[in-house]
Amino acid sequence: MKKRFLTSMAFAGVAAFALTACSSDGDGGSADASGDTGGGGGDTIVVGFAQTGSESGWRSANTESMKTAFSEENGFELIFNAADNDTAAQIEAVRGFISQGVDAIVIAPIVEDGWDDVLQEAADANIPVILEDRTVSASDDLYAAWIGLDFEEEGVKAGEWAAEMYGGEATKMVVLEGTTGSAPANDRATGFDSAIEGTMIEKIDSQTGDFTRDGGKSVMEGFIQNYGVDNIDLVYAHNDDMALGAIEAIKAAGAVPGEDIKIISIDAVHDGMQALVDGEINYIVECNPLLGDLVAAAVTAVVNGDSVEPVQYVEDLAFDQAAAEAALPDRKY
Amino acid sequence: MTAVYKHRLFWPIVSLVTLIAINAIARPQFIKITMRDGELYGPLISILRESAPLMLVALGMTIVIATRGIDLSVGATMAVSGAVALTIIDGSGDPGNLGTVLVACIVAVLVSLVLGAWNGFLVSVVGIQPIIATLVLMLAGRGVALLITGGFITTVNSEPFAFIASGYLLALPFAFLIGVVAIVAMSLVERRTALGVLTEAVGINPEASRLAGVRSRSIIWGAYMVSGVLAGVAGLIYASNIRAADANAAGVFIELYAILAVVLGGTSLNGGKFSIAGTVVGVLIIQTLESSILFLGVSSAQSPVFFGFVVALVVVVQSPRMREGLASLSGRLRSRGADARNDAARNDDKVEVA
Repeated sequence: MKKRFLTSMAFAGVAAFALTACSSDGDGGSADASGDTGGGGGDTIVVGFAQTGSESGWRSANTESMKTAFSEENGFELIFNAADNDTAAQIEAVRGFISQGVDAIVIAPIVEDGWDDVLQEAADANIPVILEDRTVSASDDLYAAWIGLDFEEEGVKAGEWAAEMYGGEATKMVVLEGTTGSAPANDRATGFDSAIEGTMIEKIDSQTGDFTRDGGKSVMEGFIQNYGVDNIDLVYAHNDDMALGAIEAIKAAGAVPGEDIKIISIDAVHDGMQALVDGEINYIVECNPLLGDLVAAAVTAVVNGDSVEPVQYVEDLAFDQAAAEAALPDRKY
Repeated sequence: MTAVYKHRLFWPIVSLVTLIAINAIARPQFIKITMRDGELYGPLISILRESAPLMLVALGMTIVIATRGIDLSVGATMAVSGAVALTIIDGSGDPGNLGTVLVACIVAVLVSLVLGAWNGFLVSVVGIQPIIATLVLMLAGRGVALLITGGFITTVNSEPFAFIASGYLLALPFAFLIGVVAIVAMSLVERRTALGVLTEAVGINPEASRLAGVRSRSIIWGAYMVSGVLAGVAGLIYASNIRAADANAAGVFIELYAILAVVLGGTSLNGGKFSIAGTVVGVLIIQTLESSILFLGVSSAQSPVFFGFVVALVVVVQSPRMREGLASLSGRLRSRGADARNDAARNDDKVEVA
């Protein structure tokens, strides 16, 4: 019986790896990219794409963006593999791409470690590798480029806005952190903290809400009970889902979200943007999953032997209520 | 006094009261309950309200464990139930309609019943080990939920649906009352009829009870169906709480917390004798502990360690060896007669720690 319980614990541990990632934007870049790739009329480029899985809405939008960018009209043949957050399966998929002799491989690595061997095999087979979203710990001459998001910059943007709006008066802030130890949670905290340094914003508490709505709601309820609804002025949530949970908690406590307690968040998913338009969130820094066109441009350049920028951050947009109202109708995710 | 001390709920209740006392000393407003518009508010009330999903799941788990089984699929069933209900409400065009919400909830619970029946079929008819049989659904169920919601988080703005988790009835949170109804119903069915005894018989020795004329197959099958239905209702509460169906996050790890609650309540994972009251106390211990982490301001990075440490402490205090040690210690201080009594206590009920 003891064994049974341990087995279930082990399974649960594996399941826990489903981390939500997020990225920030490349609207400007995407326009260029489609120009580039659409112009080529030569041979079809065969690309293998090893996606992490389909764990979140962000990920689905990311996959969609990649499939659109690597379409046949743009001169690509895409071999898509979603590894369901199983690292071993993802490495096998990449080996599969190598033995099929594809022209280029794109990987959204599930974890950072353990890529050295398979990347070396790709290099030996002369197949260029491009990483998107997350990165790897292997030596950077084993891959041509990494295209992803600057989580710290997202935190800085959110923090700068907070400093400008609320930094001049005594403001008590609570933080809803992302999953403990994840890169987006760490970097968004660091960026924000550095941006509000020296202002009158005081961080009175910070707890993890695991990037989920339920987590955001229950942690916010705890904060409200602990400090009292009148003693919290500002909430900084590391993603929209937790902010949406916090809105529910604030409403339940009889206060008005966006008025009595201001909310700043990161992601800009559809529901978050809607809440921003409704005045329940005050500011959102975007984390854009639409990396496809930028990645496609990099693949084309590498295959044609042109040089590419080895590290490409996608620039983040940010929205206040007016900007959100203007942007919402055209949002793709 | 000895009778109280010997009762198998003695240590679980002591643990719970201690936890509440520590919180109250650290921050006195922990035990403050205020009345607002005829509704009760306060950290203790929140604990009761938030414990509802785990309470339902753990009650189902208690019965399954009593039959010598285990149900790992409860979290996935919660996700499916929420996804079904919200998809129906969202697609109806009239989310605020009470009838729509009722239909959605009933369909969601029926789907959960089918999932529970599937588990029960695999275990009782096909004869697959419970951990493997329910693992199938644990792994596949969340994918099914994602398929239903199309990979997105379905959000609805429906007052009747939000009432399930946020509403109040008779000054108490409605979600808590759902939990109370489940506890009462379960106690009546299991303890006022022969079903409870038969369930224990099946758990202690399925073959012997079958030979004695107990229909063990139906009892085991039924246990998984009950577990499925309760998980389905828990899924509705979860979804109602956030007004959204979050297939990725609904009920993650709840199967493990439910197993923990059952064990903390003194029910052995070996099946057989079970305690519904014990499970209730176990759930409250876990929920109070979660609130304590927030309330005492334990930092996020340390909270799993804090949680694990306290659970380990509670489990160790409840273990037969520890109680034996404590008993013989106090026995040596008193007379030999007391020692003999404590020996009897030790053999009474063993808490297995998995």
